[in-house]
Amino acid sequence: MVTGPFLILAALILVGAVAAVRMRNLVHCVLAVAVVFVGLAAAYLQLGAQFVGWAQMLIYVGAVAILLVFAVLLTRGGEVPERALFSPGWHWGVTIGAAVFALLAWAIRQSPAAHPPPAAPVQVTVEQIGTALMTHDVLALEVTGLLLTAALIGAVIIAMNDGGPQ
Amino acid sequence: MSGVDQLFVQLKHWALARCAGILPEAWQPLVSLLLSIIPLLVIFPTLFAAMVWMERKGLGRIQNRYGPNRVGPFGLLQPAADGIKALIKEDIVPRAADRVVHWLAPVLLVTTAFTVYAVLPFGRNMVVVDLEAGLLFFFAVGTVAELVVFMAGWSSRNKYALLGAMRAVAQMISYEIPLVLSTVTVVMIAGTLSLPQIVLAQSPASGWWPAWFVFTPWGAAGFVLFLIAANAEANRSPFDLPEGESEIIAGYFIEYSGFKFALFFLGEYLSLFAVSALGVTLFLGGWHAPYVVGEWVPSWVWFFLKLLAVLALFIWTRGTLPRLRQDQLMNFAWKFMIPMTLINVVIAALWHWIGSGPVRWLVCSALVIGAYSLLGRGLMRAGRWMPRTYRFAE
Amino acid sequence: MLGEGIIKGMVETARNFLGSYVREDRLTTVQYPEEREPQIENARQFPFLVYDGEDWETGLRCVACQICEKECPPQCIYIVKSKDKKPDYKGQMQFYPAIFDIDLSVCMSCQICVEVCPFEAIKMDTDYEWSTPDRFAALLVHKDQLARPNAYYQQLHPTDAAASDAVLAQERARAQAKARAAAELKTKAAAPPPTS
Ligand code: SF4
Ligand code: SF4
Repeated sequence: MVTGPFLILAALILVGAVAAVRMRNLVHCVLAVAVVFVGLAAAYLQLGAQFVGWAQMLIYVGAVAILLVFAVLLTRGGEVPERALFSPGWHWGVTIGAAVFALLAWAIRQSPAAHPPPAAPVQVTVEQIGTALMTHDVLALEVTGLLLTAALIGAVIIAMNDGGPQ
Repeated sequence: MSGVDQLFVQLKHWALARCAGILPEAWQPLVSLLLSIIPLLVIFPTLFAAMVWMERKGLGRIQNRYGPNRVGPFGLLQPAADGIKALIKEDIVPRAADRVVHWLAPVLLVTTAFTVYAVLPFGRNMVVVDLEAGLLFFFAVGTVAELVVFMAGWSSRNKYALLGAMRAVAQMISYEIPLVLSTVTVVMIAGTLSLPQIVLAQSPASGWWPAWFVFTPWGAAGFVLFLIAANAEANRSPFDLPEGESEIIAGYFIEYSGFKFALFFLGEYLSLFAVSALGVTLFLGGWHAPYVVGEWVPSWVWFFLKLLAVLALFIWTRGTLPRLRQDQLMNFAWKFMIPMTLINVVIAALWHWIGSGPVRWLVCSALVIGAYSLLGRGLMRAGRWMPRTYRFAE
Repeated sequence: MLGEGIIKGMVETARNFLGSYVREDRLTTVQYPEEREPQIENARQFPFLVYDGEDWETGLRCVACQICEKECPPQCIYIVKSKDKKPDYKGQMQFYPAIFDIDLSVCMSCQICVEVCPFEAIKMDTDYEWSTPDRFAALLVHKDQLARPNAYYQQLHPTDAAASDAVLAQERARAQAKARAAAELKTKAAAPPPTS
C-alpha cells in the first residue's frame, strides 16, 4: 500500500497540517488547511475513489475553506498575534494527544477488521454510489437532508430582518 | 469526411507511433498526454487573444465606436501589442504584501483554469481524459478559483483588493449553487457524469427536432440559468462587482501589474472559455451537428462554432447590461436563481417520468413558464425602490 | 415581466452593432491624428503671453507684476522681474519679466492667471499636443516659447480678443487724453496769464 505517490501525498498532508497549527497568521493557517484538503482529495483519488475525491475537493476547498476565510476575516481580520502561539501547558496537550493516538492505533491494529482477507479491488462507479444512496442508504440520506434543511431555515431566520429599521 | 473529422486524432496516433520507436514503453502514456495537452496550451491562449480582439471590437461597435483599428489590419495585432506591453511593464509588489501568496495567486489561477480543460470533449474522440466523474471534476477544480481570488485580494494588503475579494467570494459562492444545480438536470436525463457520454446522449436523431438538450423546456431554462450563473462566476458585467472599475478599481487584482496582471486576465478568460465550453457540451450538443445532414462538417468545427457563439453572447450581454448593486446581486441569486434551478430539477424529473409525447411538452413548458413568471414577479416586487435601511452600520 | 428590459436593451445594442457597419454617421469617433474636431472658440488648454508689434521681446505686454504668479492655484508660474524698465504700449516705463516660466505638467488650465492679469498680457492657448518623452524640461516652457503675437490671439478667440483690444484702446485713449491734458496744463502754465 505504501507507494511513492502515497508517501508524497502523506508528506504534503502532514506538512500542511503542521503548518495549519503552527503558522502565526490565521489566513496562512486557513490556506494550509486548504492544502491539507487538496492532499486528502488526492489521497482518495489515489485509492480509486473518484467520486469521493472530487466531492472532497468541491465541498472542502470550495466551501469549507471559504467559510473559514470568511470567519477569519469577519472576526479578527487576520492580524498576527503578538503573544506566544501556544498556551503554557501545551506539552500536556501534546502528551495527551499522543497517548490517545497510541491507544486508538493499538485498538485498530488489534481489531479483526484491520486484517481483512485480501479482496479483489472493486471499481466503484458513480452510478453505484447513486444507486446505493437511493436504495440501501436512503434513510440516512433523508435524515441528513432534513437536518441540513433545518439548519438552513434556522440560518435564514437568524439573518432575517427583525422588524423595520433600528 | 471522417478524414478531416479525425484529423487531429490521427495526427496524434501518427506522432505517438513515431515516438514509440525512440522512447521506452513506460513513457508512452506520458507522451500521449503531452500530445493531447500541448494543442490545448496553444489553442486556448490564441482564442484568448482572438476573444480580446473580438470583445474590444464588439463593445466598440455596440457603443458606435470603431474599437481598436491601429495595430495591424483591423487592429488584429492589438492583442500582441497588449501582451508586449504587459510583458515589459514593471512588476510591482506592494511592500506590505504577502509576497508568497501574492505570487502564488495568478499562477494557481492559470493552472486551475487550464486543468479543467482535461475533461472537455472538443470533438469526436477528442478529450484528454474521459473521467467517469468529469462534470464533478470540472466543478471541483473550478472552485479553487474562489480561494485564489481571495488569496490575491488578501495578500495585496489593499482595502480595495480585500473588498473586491470579499465581494468575489460571496458572489462566487452564491452563484456556484445555481451553476451546479442547473447542470444537474442534464446529468439526470443523460444518466452520467462523464462529459463525452453526455455529448453522445445528444446525438442527432432522425426526426425534425434536434436532440440537443437546449431544445427541451427544462434544457432551455437550464441553459439560460447556466449562462447567467456562468457569467456571474466569470465576474463579467453585469456581475462585475468584484472588479467594479468605477468603485473599487479592478478589485482583487488592483495590486497586480505587468505579467502577473496579464496572467490574471488570461486565467479569467480561460475559465470563461471553459465554462462556455461546458455549456456547449451540456446543452448545445457538444460537437454534434443538430441534424444528421450536418455531420459532414468536422465535429471540432461544430464545437468551436458553438463556443464562439456563446462567447459572442457573453460579449453582447457585457455591452448591454449595467452593473448590479450588491443587494440586487444577492437577491437575484437567492430569490430567483436557486429556486428556479430547484424547480427545474423537478421539471426534468417530470420530463423523464411522463414519457414521450406532447403531454410532457405541455406540462413541462407550462411549469417552466409558470415558475419563471411567479418568481420573476416576486423578484420585481422585491426590487422596487424604497428607502434603504442599514442594519449594522449606524 | 422579468427580463423584458434585458431583451429590449439587447435589441438596442444589436441595432447599434449592426448599424455602425452600415451607417457611417452613427460612428462619432474622429480618427485623431489624421482628422481633428474643430475646437470651439472658448476652448482653453494652456496659457501664452501676448505681445504687440513685430518683436516679441520688446512687445511683450507683461509687466512682471507677479499677480498671476501669486494667484495660480498649483503655483506653476515662475517670474523674475527685470532690473531695468522699458516702455509699454502706453509709452509708460514698466518692468518686464526677465524670466517667465510655466510648468505645463502642473498647470491645470484653470484660466485664473488670465482672469487676474490687469494688463491683458496672458491668455489661453488651444494647443493641446504637448505629448513628449521628457516630462520635466520639455514641459517647463520659457517666455520665448510662450510669446504669441496679438494677431494669433485674435484668430483663436475673436470675441475675447476684440473685447481686450477695446479695453486696451480705451486705456490708451485715456492715457493719451490725460497726457494731452497734462501737456495743455503745462503749456497753459508756461504761457503768461492773459491780461484783461
Ligand atoms: S491656467 Fe491656472 S494653473 Fe495654469 S498657469 Fe494659469 S493660473 Fe496657473
Ligand atoms: S502676466 Fe499679467 S499678471 Fe502675470 S506678471 Fe505679467 S502682467 Fe502681471
